[in-house]
Amino acid sequence: MNLFLDALNFMFDPANLTGANGILSRLVDHLWYTGLSMAVAVVIGIPLGLLVGHTGRGRNAVVAVSSAARALPTLGLIFLIILYTGLGVGPLIVVLVILAVPPLLAGAYSGLEAVNRSTIDAARAIGMTEWQILFKVEMPLAMPLIFGGIRSATLQVIATATIAGYVGLTGLGRFLIEGLALRDYKLALAGAILVIALALCVDTILALAQRLVIPHGVARGLTRHPDESAAPTPRQHGRVSPAPSNL
Amino acid sequence: MIEFHSVTKRFPDGTLAVEDFSLVLPSRKTTVFVGSSGCGKTTLLRMINRMIDPSSGSIEIDGVDIASGSAVALRRSIGYVMQNSGLLPHRRVIDNVATVPLLKGVKKVDAHTQAMELLDTVGLDRALAYRYPSQLSGGQQQRVGVARGLAVNPNILLMDEPFGAVDPIVRDDLQQELLRLQHDLDKTVVFVTHDIDEAFLLGDQVVILEKGAQIAQVGTPKEILANPASDFVASFIGADRGKRRLAVDSTVSRSGDDVVLVDGAGYVAGVIEAPGGVLPGAGAGVSTNSRARSVSNKTDQAGDA
Repeated sequence: MNLFLDALNFMFDPANLTGANGILSRLVDHLWYTGLSMAVAVVIGIPLGLLVGHTGRGRNAVVAVSSAARALPTLGLIFLIILYTGLGVGPLIVVLVILAVPPLLAGAYSGLEAVNRSTIDAARAIGMTEWQILFKVEMPLAMPLIFGGIRSATLQVIATATIAGYVGLTGLGRFLIEGLALRDYKLALAGAILVIALALCVDTILALAQRLVIPHGVARGLTRHPDESAAPTPRQHGRVSPAPSNL
Repeated sequence: MIEFHSVTKRFPDGTLAVEDFSLVLPSRKTTVFVGSSGCGKTTLLRMINRMIDPSSGSIEIDGVDIASGSAVALRRSIGYVMQNSGLLPHRRVIDNVATVPLLKGVKKVDAHTQAMELLDTVGLDRALAYRYPSQLSGGQQQRVGVARGLAVNPNILLMDEPFGAVDPIVRDDLQQELLRLQHDLDKTVVFVTHDIDEAFLLGDQVVILEKGAQIAQVGTPKEILANPASDFVASFIGADRGKRRLAVDSTVSRSGDDVVLVDGAGYVAGVIEAPGGVLPGAGAGVSTNSRARSVSNKTDQAGDA
């Protein structure tokens, strides 16, 4: 308990807040790594997932590759890449992107796959173009799962970005690694708590954003196909198979 | 006018769904394709709006080959109503009805005003406009589907078993509504069903199909009932089992002016009005067969196909 209080004391000591190695500076770095990785991962993963989901082609290949990617040990991978490229932000971003793409892919293609085929057929039959079907029918209906994938990936990236500290970068993981190296466990614990708090905060923000992004009728669980029973279903803010972090 | 010229459709898996099909569907009339599951009737319908492209042959609408323009433009000019309504579940009723006009660039206010009027046309309360499809009953959803089909004021309305999934009472309602709509709006309707009663009720021209969309018989309901072209047709319309051939039941003592009719199997099929117990114009040559449609003989055929 003393250790915990010490950690809290460290976190709330104004002296540790600012400065080049202060909490704020490392928080900003941590968010920067996370944001950059997620941006790259979204640009790769979401369109690919939508493509696979819309066309139904390449599903097996995508499943195989993303399962393999999920199984890669992030820490081992980053050292492997650093051996070739040297230290820098690049290797970190690469491994975080590899970590984030599978849940994004899974969210996008499983979201699209879950859209009722006869709804899509109807949309096409009344004269929607393929793009209109994608943007006006499939994506709105798949949004809970797509967004679930984004949330899941973001949490994994925030948690895993702590390894930045191992490879000469900063971020909140730096406290953890320094604390372990110096046997200053309050410092390590403070680092861990900060990462957890950041993850919870970001997830809360994303949960709020999700409400804005998901169309009303979808969020209210009103989008079941007429075939199905009339009983109201609970809101579906599903996460896509939250895989454990590979740290 | 829709013309099929030697249309054949072979699916990639080798199924020959439609083989050398030629037919003229007259304008402003209802043509019903009727046949068992897998006879190719839905394939025929979906070829009209290019949801399926023929392997060979051509289809013309008012003399223009439909393959010459863009499929999307063609589909937007044709109303399409399907089983289970096919409404977009994430959009309110009014937005569903206005979908195609909005895609075509009609202003939202105008599209919504028109959508409201269409709800009136198909007999739906305007209060339902802001509900989601899943909050409506099956019959109401089908009405919304019809309203959406009419939203672009199409000359052609394609209906793919639109009343297949609603209960019989609602189906009767919807059928009557469609007859009324057709009377008012004068569209070229192409209707697919496996229910021969529905076909005879709605169709000006009924096309009975065998496997591979081979035409077993085409004609008005009266022509088909009076002269089934083959055993297949006779069986399909139920004539061979006596379901269409009605006789006066002599075992029931009469009270009032109605005479009870029984079908070939002896089941009560309905009554016929006979003031004073005398069949109007009764003579040896009168076939009760052709009168069957004017009496309530809707008791048997529902599951016939």
